[in-house]
Amino acid sequence: MIEIINLSKSFGDNKVLDNLNLNVNSGEVMVIIGRSGCGKSVLLKHMIGLLTPDFGQVIIDDTDITKIEAKELDAIRLSFSMLFQGAALFDSMTVYENVGFALLEHTDIKEVLIKEKVAKSLKMVGLEGIENLMPSELSGGMKKRVGLARAICDDPKIILYDEPTTGLDPIMADAINDMIIDLNHKLKMTSVVVTHDMTSAYKVATRIAMLYNGSIIEVGTPDEIRNTKDPLVKQFITGAAKGPITEGK
Amino acid sequence: MKNLIKRLGESSLNFFIYIGGAFHLFVGTLAQIFIPPFRRKELFVQMFKIGVMSLPIVFLVSLFTGMVLALQSAYQLTKMNAQIYVSSLVALSVVRELGPVLTALVIAGRVGASITAELGTMKVTEQIDALETLAANPVKYLVVPRFIALCVMLPLLTIYADFIGIIGGYIIGVYKLLIGSTVYLQLTYDSLVFKDIFTGLLKSFVFAIIICIVSCYEGFRAEGGAEGVGKATTFSVVTSFILIIAADCLFTALFYFVFP
Ligand SMILES: Nc1ncnc2c1ncn2[C@@H]1O[C@H](COP(=O)(O)OP(=O)(O)O)[C@@H](O)[C@H]1O
Ligand SMILES: [Mg+2]
Repeated sequence: MIEIINLSKSFGDNKVLDNLNLNVNSGEVMVIIGRSGCGKSVLLKHMIGLLTPDFGQVIIDDTDITKIEAKELDAIRLSFSMLFQGAALFDSMTVYENVGFALLEHTDIKEVLIKEKVAKSLKMVGLEGIENLMPSELSGGMKKRVGLARAICDDPKIILYDEPTTGLDPIMADAINDMIIDLNHKLKMTSVVVTHDMTSAYKVATRIAMLYNGSIIEVGTPDEIRNTKDPLVKQFITGAAKGPITEGK
Repeated sequence: MKNLIKRLGESSLNFFIYIGGAFHLFVGTLAQIFIPPFRRKELFVQMFKIGVMSLPIVFLVSLFTGMVLALQSAYQLTKMNAQIYVSSLVALSVVRELGPVLTALVIAGRVGASITAELGTMKVTEQIDALETLAANPVKYLVVPRFIALCVMLPLLTIYADFIGIIGGYIIGVYKLLIGSTVYLQLTYDSLVFKDIFTGLLKSFVFAIIICIVSCYEGFRAEGGAEGVGKATTFSVVTSFILIIAADCLFTALFYFVFP
C-alpha cells in the first residue's frame, strides 16, 4: 500500500505539489490524470524516492521512505519498478543489458536463465529477437516498450507507469493497456499509472484520481468519474477547451 | 547599491553551495571505491578511453612544446654562448611544469568535456533516475570507474608527455643547435633529480581528481535538454582549467618551501 500524506514540493517559486493526499491500495490500478505540466511525474518520483518532499510523508507498507537511509531505500526500490516518460533506456547498453539490468546487477541468477527471462519480458511487450540492438536503433514506441520490459523483468510488486501509452499507435496503446490489466490480475501487482489519455484511464483503472493545482481534487471509480459533478474534472475528461480549468477559476 | 550587495551575496552563496556539492561528491566517491562489487570491465573501458585514446594528442602537444621550448631558450642562450644548457632547461621545465599542466589541460578538454556531456545527457533523459530506481548508485556506477581511470592514467600520460617533450628538445638541440647527442642526453640525465619527477606526478594526480570531480559534478547538475548539456560542458571545461592552473600555482609554491 502507498500512502501519501500532506505532500508539498516547490521548485524555486514554482509550487508544484501542495498538501497532496492519496492512498493507493495493494493490488489496485490507480490512474492519476491531469494536464501536462501539472506535476504528475513529480508526484510519481516522490513515490519511489527520486525526489524528497519539502513537507509530508510517503509511506510504503508502513515505512516512511522520506526518512530512511539510502541503503534501506534501495532495498525497497528492488520491489518497485518505474516506466519513465521517455523510457530512459541506458544508451551505452544493449536491449538485453537494459532489460536484464536488475537481474544482472542484484542477483546471482545464471546468465542462461536471465536470457530466458529477458526474452519472455520482451515477448510480453511484442518485441522479439532484438536483444542485441542498441537503444539508438529503436523507434520511440519501441523504446517505450523496451522500457516496459525492463520494468516488469524482475517481477516487481509495485509498478509506476509514467504515460505508458503516449507516443504509441492506438493498437499498440491498447495492447499496453491489456498488459497493465494482465499484470495486475495475474501477478497481483499494484500499479500507479499517470496519463492524460482518458480511453486508457477508463480501461485500466480500478480508481481514477485527478491532480489539479497541486492536489488531488477527486478520487473515484471510472464510473464515478464519468458521472462527476465537479466542473473541473468534467472539463478535463470531456476534453473541452472552454471551462473552469482554462478560464482560471 | 543594495541590489549589488544582494547579488554579491547570492553569487558567493552559490559559490559555496557549488564547492560544498563538489566536495560532497568527492567524499562520496572515495567512500564508494572500497565497497564491492567492483566493476572491472567498466574500469578497463574507461582506462582505454581516457588513457590510450589520448596518446596521439598528448604526443603532438608534448613534442611541439619541447621543440618550441628548445628554440625559444636557444634564442637567449646563444647570445651568452651557452646553448649547451638548452638540454637541462627543457628537461626541468617539461618534467616539473609543462608536462603535468599541459597534459592535464589537454585531458580536461578531451576527456572532461566528454564525461560531462555523457553524464549530462544521462541526467536530462532521466537515465540517472532510472539507475536509482533500479537500486544502482549513480556515483558507484558512473563516477568511481572514471575516477580510478583518471587517477591512474593521467600520471602515466604525464610520464609519457615528459618523455616526448624531452625528445622534442633533443631534436632541436642535436639537429639544429648541433649539441652532441651523448652530451645532450648526459646533461638531461644529470639535471633531473627524483624530486622533480615526483612533484610533477603528484601534481598530475591532483589534476586528475579535479578533472573527474568537476566534470562528473557538472554532468549531474545539467538540466534543460540539449542546451543545458552544452552549457554544462562548457562550464565544466572552464572550471577545470581555472582549478588546474590555481592548484598548479598553489602546489608549486608549496613544493618550493617543502622541498627547497
Ligand atoms: N527537477 C525539476 N526542477 C525544476 N522544476 C521541475 C523539475 N521537475 C519538474 N519541474 C516542474 O514541475 C512542474 C510539473 O512537471 P511534471 O511533473 O513533469 O509535469 P507532468 O504532469 O506533465 O508530468 C513543471 O512546471 C516543471 O517545470
Ligand atoms: Mg510527466
